[in-house]
Amino acid sequence: MRLTLHIWRQKNGGDAGGFVSYPRQDVSPDMSFLEMLDVLNEELTEAGDEPVAFDHDCREGICGACGVMINGVAHGPEPGTATCQLHMRKFKDGDEIRVEPFRSRAFPILKDLVVDRSPLDEIIQAGGFISVNTGSAPEANLMPVPRRDAERAMDAAECIGCGACVAQCPNGAGQLFTAAKISHLAELPQGQPERASRASAMVEVMESYFGSCSNFAECEAVCPKGISIDFIAQMNREYLRSRFK
Amino acid sequence: MSSILSLYRSAIGKKAVMAVSGFLLVGFVLGHMAGNFKIFLGEEKFNHYAEWLREIGSPALPHGGALWIARIVLLGAVLLHIHSAWSLTRASRKARPERYRRKLSARQATYASRTMRWGGVIIVLFVFFHLAHFTWGWSWAHPDFDPGNAYRNVVEGFRVPWVVAFYIVAQLALGLHLYHGFWSALQSLGWDHRAIDSWRRPAAATIAVALTLGNTALAISVLTGWVG
Amino acid sequence: MNFDAKVPSGPLIEKWTKHKFDLDLVNPANKRKFSVIVVGSGLAGASAAASLGELGYHVDCFCFQDSARRAHSIAAQGGINAAKNYPNDGDSVWRLFYDTVKGGDFRSREANVHRLAEVSVDIIDQCVAQGIPFAREYGGGLANRSFGGAQVSRTFYARGQTGQQLQLGAYQALARQIGAGTVGMHTKTEMLDLVVEDGRARGIVTRDLTSGAMTSWSADAVVLATGGYSNVFFLSTNAKGCNATAIWRAHRRGALFANPCYTQIHPTCIPQHGDYQSKLTLMSESLRNDGRIWVPKTAGDSRSPGRIPEGERDYYLERRYPAFGNLVPRDIASRAAKAVCDQGLGVGHGGRGVYLDFAEVLARLGKASVEAKYGNLFEMYERITGENPYQVPMRIYPAPHYTMGGLWVDYDLMSSVPGLFVIGEANFSDHGANRLGASALMQGLADGYFVLPYTIGNYLAPHMGEEPLSTDHAAFREVESQVRERLSKLLSIDGKRTVDSLHRALGRVCEDYCGMSRERQGLEGAIGQIQALREEYWQNVRVPGAAQDLNQSLEKAGRVADYFELAELMCRDALDREESCGTHFREEYRTDEGEAKRNDEDYTHVSAWEWTGADSEPRRHKEALEFENVPPTQRSYK
Repeated sequence: MRLTLHIWRQKNGGDAGGFVSYPRQDVSPDMSFLEMLDVLNEELTEAGDEPVAFDHDCREGICGACGVMINGVAHGPEPGTATCQLHMRKFKDGDEIRVEPFRSRAFPILKDLVVDRSPLDEIIQAGGFISVNTGSAPEANLMPVPRRDAERAMDAAECIGCGACVAQCPNGAGQLFTAAKISHLAELPQGQPERASRASAMVEVMESYFGSCSNFAECEAVCPKGISIDFIAQMNREYLRSRFK
Repeated sequence: MSSILSLYRSAIGKKAVMAVSGFLLVGFVLGHMAGNFKIFLGEEKFNHYAEWLREIGSPALPHGGALWIARIVLLGAVLLHIHSAWSLTRASRKARPERYRRKLSARQATYASRTMRWGGVIIVLFVFFHLAHFTWGWSWAHPDFDPGNAYRNVVEGFRVPWVVAFYIVAQLALGLHLYHGFWSALQSLGWDHRAIDSWRRPAAATIAVALTLGNTALAISVLTGWVG
Repeated sequence: MNFDAKVPSGPLIEKWTKHKFDLDLVNPANKRKFSVIVVGSGLAGASAAASLGELGYHVDCFCFQDSARRAHSIAAQGGINAAKNYPNDGDSVWRLFYDTVKGGDFRSREANVHRLAEVSVDIIDQCVAQGIPFAREYGGGLANRSFGGAQVSRTFYARGQTGQQLQLGAYQALARQIGAGTVGMHTKTEMLDLVVEDGRARGIVTRDLTSGAMTSWSADAVVLATGGYSNVFFLSTNAKGCNATAIWRAHRRGALFANPCYTQIHPTCIPQHGDYQSKLTLMSESLRNDGRIWVPKTAGDSRSPGRIPEGERDYYLERRYPAFGNLVPRDIASRAAKAVCDQGLGVGHGGRGVYLDFAEVLARLGKASVEAKYGNLFEMYERITGENPYQVPMRIYPAPHYTMGGLWVDYDLMSSVPGLFVIGEANFSDHGANRLGASALMQGLADGYFVLPYTIGNYLAPHMGEEPLSTDHAAFREVESQVRERLSKLLSIDGKRTVDSLHRALGRVCEDYCGMSRERQGLEGAIGQIQALREEYWQNVRVPGAAQDLNQSLEKAGRVADYFELAELMCRDALDREESCGTHFREEYRTDEGEAKRNDEDYTHVSAWEWTGADSEPRRHKEALEFENVPPTQRSYK
């Protein structure tokens, strides 16, 4: 396959940045998108140029490290797929591909396609946990959890924290990420004691970084785990309740 | 009270206020449309209805008192609805100071959801014109306005083709706004219980279509001479 | 050389209880006066940092990823073992202990393994309390499944993402401590060296991966939880960033490296599909429950699998191991696949693949029930290969996956450098020569939640009142300048070859000669090749960019430089161990039927290697292993 890549290059946070075009020959349809970038980087290195910086790690779609905008879509055209699992067979010979970093006030660009997503961690630090010290847990089967609740908690807990929801949202909102964690813990009996304080604390940090939700549902469409916006409704409910407690 | 004020400081709180004020306004437009259908019953019934609106609550309330209360509540709802939308829009713009160079390519956001803000502006302009047209009777909007005869005002008003055209455009905008807005309000308030999940979208669609068709039908009936 | 395993005396089942009582304690008010560095934030690192923070220690935790949540523990699929015996099928702490010792082919410490089995039950309690959404029965109790050929159902799981959920649980516990201020979290920060002064670990030197800034950190104890070294093979199921730099640097500073040749090759991975391949993807072993593994009977048979008649297929596992069939343990399944491919019978790219065929189960149970069981795995396979496994058989090939070897530690998980603790996959303990499925998650959390928090106090208590070494101390200054020098050396070579191309070359040597099967001549040749590659690396590598910048090429370059040295040690260890045990299979040492043949008389020991310099041979020490409770037997799966 022949392709033309237009990749956002930016030296550092202060640099203005811009697109640089890289015509590609001999792209195998069996390559993953990141392997295609690896090959480009090998060539750039051999030619004495700096390779394109991009985040990635497990390349199995679970660590959530990777993520770029591909033709205006977070993680690219294939639904339910992180960038690392996107394969070149999803593109056509002669395609022009525009690759941009995730953009959000909360995710400043560090270099090329690498952004800082630490506000997502701050949201978890605000309350995205159950306060149980090591060793103080009761016997695991003491508290039965209805299977339906456990399944729904798991649906939310699958979030990989990649930030695609923020990147794709026209408002730059971090609702799907936050909602997934609040809902996961709110669904389980273990999460009840801190239910209200958790929702309120996490939402507060979320709103200090991210935009608000217009219910566009774009986040759900690009989420590599297909996490439902029903959880955003649940977060709204949890939060509103917490304000009247 | 203080918890409501602090709620309004948060974005989720603002969305809740937007949702509640939106429901109030949806209720109003539905009632407004239902009342206006009396025009199909003829001049006497319609004008009697218009007069009755002013008599609600009498004698406990003065003439037109209930109407004024309703107007104040509606105005409050409109202002809150607009203010929350305005400030959330500003906050969201700030959340992405640097725009994407390659435009975001929408994956599943509906046309209705993407036009909420401009749709809202059209509706505000329309409401202003609608008031000038039928309530205040400003001469540029309605040269033959007669404060004592609501029926004639409507019939005369809708005999002008460009006015009807504008009404239709506005009703389409309103329909789109409600199609997303009604569902979105349920979402914002967290009303997504499994029991109601399946009818949230259909209900929004039904309300949107009913309002658009109903109001448009009324104006067209006058224009085509079927009424009046 | 400090080389005492310090296994407590007394009966096996009382050792840990007794030892916990004998350990010195640090009083609660004094804990905050001690600082501890934890490197790595996977299951072991995050659980240790969180637990130590809760206890009141002043903890600093480091990871190279941009968030502590992303450590590669997150990618584990199958599950976590625990001797809860909820299914009432006869499991017990003793049985889990027994299975693990036997599974490790009698090359692990009995006392460590028993402790692991003991605390396994506490791990599940802890994880459930943290809100980990384990699979449940309809009655609301926890569900269990049998895994990796175990005779009892003791594996707890959360869909196919158990590692993810456990990792997020440990990460959330860590986040809570970060929020509370007891743990300082340093993401995108890589440990580049260990500082040892006066025979004790006193701190580390790190590089900020965003700015390139070098920083020294002083502490009363250093804990390494930095995972394994499978990426020495270049292609493995590990994340691209997984590296051995922390343990290797510690090894160079005096920590013994134990059993480096014990590397596990997982049988069910998606085969390589091109020369540009960057990593291999594992698919859950559970596929072998219903898939049948075969290759064509004639070499070079290029017909599509569907056109090859039954009579011309070799279901080689069913043929060779009629009792276990396709469910033989990992090491045996992997070796058998390699053997048929070596005979030229392999399929797909480069003849390195075998079929995993679901036609029989699809015909028997129907598509719907196969989809219910394996839907997400089939989807993943199709996403990567573009082939639909409902229509054509999957192609699989073994891939490096886990390393049982690692830094040597005593019963307290302390390395041979006092004050340096090593936990999780980074240490060598518990799994012997082969790890059982669903035991890695168990060990990581056991070390972090329930072992280290007790044992570290025993080391710290006598040092009460001592001032930590200032980072201005000459020891820190010297290490910093060595690190700086090494980085600028890498940047200044400016040769012709990229880091990846040399890493690939190294990986190929390791895979060919120190992979699923090894033999003397090959290993001797490999050592020479690795030395030559290392020499070429230091003369001909090209690392673009600067040190004071976000420079991913430089990050890789440092890690790969360490892999050359580690690879050599791995081959030396494989050469030195003249027997076949667990995953270590020497062609020369096999039974008449071609199976692994242990030599208990000469090799019932841990080989712990001492660094003696880059150009001199390492020194091997032996820790004798004693099996008082589980007499060694020959593993048989016929």
